[in-house]
Amino acid sequence: MEPKTLFDKIWDAHVVDHIPDGPDVLYIDRHLIHEVTSPQAFAGIERRGVPVFRPERTVATADHNVPTKDQHLPIREELSRLQVEKLEENCQRHGITLYGLGHPYQGIVHVIGPELGLTQPGMTIVCGDSHTSTHGAFGSIAFGIGTSEVEMVLATQCILQPKPKKMRINVEGTLGKGVTAKDIILYIISQISTSGGTGYFIEYAGSAIRSLSMEGRMTLCNMSIEMGARGGLIAPDEKTIEYVRGREFAPQGEDFDRLAEEWLALATDEGAVFDKEITYDAADIEPMITYGTNPGMGIGITGTIPEPEGSEAEQASFIKALDYMAFKPGEPMLGKPVDYVFLGSCTNGRIEDLRAFTQMVRGHKKADHVTAWIVPGSHQVERQAREEGLDRILEESGFELRQPGCSACLAMNDDKIPAGKYSVSTSNRNFEGRQGPGARTMLASPLTAAAAAITGRITDPREFF
Amino acid sequence: MPREKFNILRSPFVPLPVDNVDTDQIIPARFLKATTREGFGDNLFRDWRYLPDGSPNPGFVLNKPEYGGKILVAGKNFGSGSSREHAAWAIYDYGFRVVMSSFFADIFRNNALNNGLLPVQVTPDFLEKIFTASEQDPQTELEVDLPAQTITLLATGDQESFDINPYKKECLLNGYDDIDYLLSIKEKIIAFEQQRNQ
Ligand code: SF4
Repeated sequence: MEPKTLFDKIWDAHVVDHIPDGPDVLYIDRHLIHEVTSPQAFAGIERRGVPVFRPERTVATADHNVPTKDQHLPIREELSRLQVEKLEENCQRHGITLYGLGHPYQGIVHVIGPELGLTQPGMTIVCGDSHTSTHGAFGSIAFGIGTSEVEMVLATQCILQPKPKKMRINVEGTLGKGVTAKDIILYIISQISTSGGTGYFIEYAGSAIRSLSMEGRMTLCNMSIEMGARGGLIAPDEKTIEYVRGREFAPQGEDFDRLAEEWLALATDEGAVFDKEITYDAADIEPMITYGTNPGMGIGITGTIPEPEGSEAEQASFIKALDYMAFKPGEPMLGKPVDYVFLGSCTNGRIEDLRAFTQMVRGHKKADHVTAWIVPGSHQVERQAREEGLDRILEESGFELRQPGCSACLAMNDDKIPAGKYSVSTSNRNFEGRQGPGARTMLASPLTAAAAAITGRITDPREFF
Repeated sequence: MPREKFNILRSPFVPLPVDNVDTDQIIPARFLKATTREGFGDNLFRDWRYLPDGSPNPGFVLNKPEYGGKILVAGKNFGSGSSREHAAWAIYDYGFRVVMSSFFADIFRNNALNNGLLPVQVTPDFLEKIFTASEQDPQTELEVDLPAQTITLLATGDQESFDINPYKKECLLNGYDDIDYLLSIKEKIIAFEQQRNQ
């Protein structure tokens, strides 16, 4: 048999039909929805007069709009409240399970999928959210879709998709101290640019990737979309299986053992061909930080902001980005003042991220002028953090653990960075205005965020080891 | 459900020579709270189009009276970032029927096609020519011929062909909709499920 990639094995097993000269009809195993990108899809199927085809394959949560304080009170902002209510109404009417506000399973959609065992190797998983690529960490084909496609899945459990090309990115060797999964992905994006992955689905491989925990792998796959890729995935291994085992919606007992065998067999065969392959050396990666307004504008934390280069348009876009940040080419990032620190999001809002941050700030005090938002990715993460006593250590250092949601990642709720202020954020996007109109975002790992929160300026986290 | 059909479009265009226009710029997150598809055009490019006090930014191209038309021409890597289909809705709702760039982000391209908005990818050279032509004459026109898959800068006669998936082309020409198609093959989907369960 011809050797196949992990991606091809999963894709081919889900093709219901090929349209000649057109996209494939792809069957979707798991559909996740949230309040922002689903209302128009429900309205669509209702207008057509068709029911939800497989309601048991869709799971909903409210995350984008929710406040991270006083979640027991009604949402103050009217439009946010209406959107969350609309989701409740739609789920009820169509028989879809909802982990809404107040539910112990509520949280960011890409955090709760894995922790509930809804995310499993070998699956096709979609959600009306580009960071659905997170679930690829389990060896599943997971990608973000638009609302028209949400409607397709509700109506038929299928979408029309052209098969993407395949790229393998290998990271080999041992990571330096203080270098995390977040730094690996920021490094890769800085190397291949925000469009370097467009048209591809990426498989991450190599010894440095294998060494990552499941949380780290999720952080990595999460940001695949930031290089333009449809998604990223990692072959399931023993770590994957141990993570999934025993989770609420995972298969149990003998079923699980049988499936685990199948999952391990999904790995890319020796000799399988990729359209493109890149290898990086883990030793080249420093803790990373972004200086511009897209995730590709990142450098090692001890580096200096580069000079503009390329075509006239490229230079103009580069200068526009630096103007927005009020930075200049040639400046070092170390020492730049920081006003806000955000720990959270589907990129770095899991328990391991909270632990890493807490470990760093333990025994130190938050800088007085820094406002810090520590936002767990889900209620389960929050509960675990409290059980482990992380909340108390954080409090001693002047931090407060908030309630779960997307929060300052996209500032649809009240957690907005004011115009002109500098934020070190563990989220995934530093676009203009992403964290609030005029906000200036620098993306980094939880360790770099912790160092910035303590000193009040951009600081090399390795100084704390 | 049938959509507006697309055939040949001749129109002046709006130039936006900025690279990496992400969907957060096209429609900022705080305007994603609506539960219907209509009205997003009002907030298209909101933070570039309006000053912090809410008045129109005279420097932004959508506020310049000399520019208009049904075609938006932007720098490379257009539509990166969030999967929000609201970006395609906002562009369509504002009145555009074609977006042109030398490179599109994948999800945006899909979202545009799913909403009757034609993404036309041209070479960087051709894009430069288009921008130059509009500097000389803001009213200069483009012709987008979907059946022939060509794009012509009418003032100079410069022409390029563009790619589109044949299936998507049929959909646009005839106003077909993917969901109608998927619903029409439901038997196949059920057969697929049964086969998998065995
Ligand atoms: S945390 Fe941010 S990136 Fe993740 S789902 Fe929420 S808004 Fe999107």
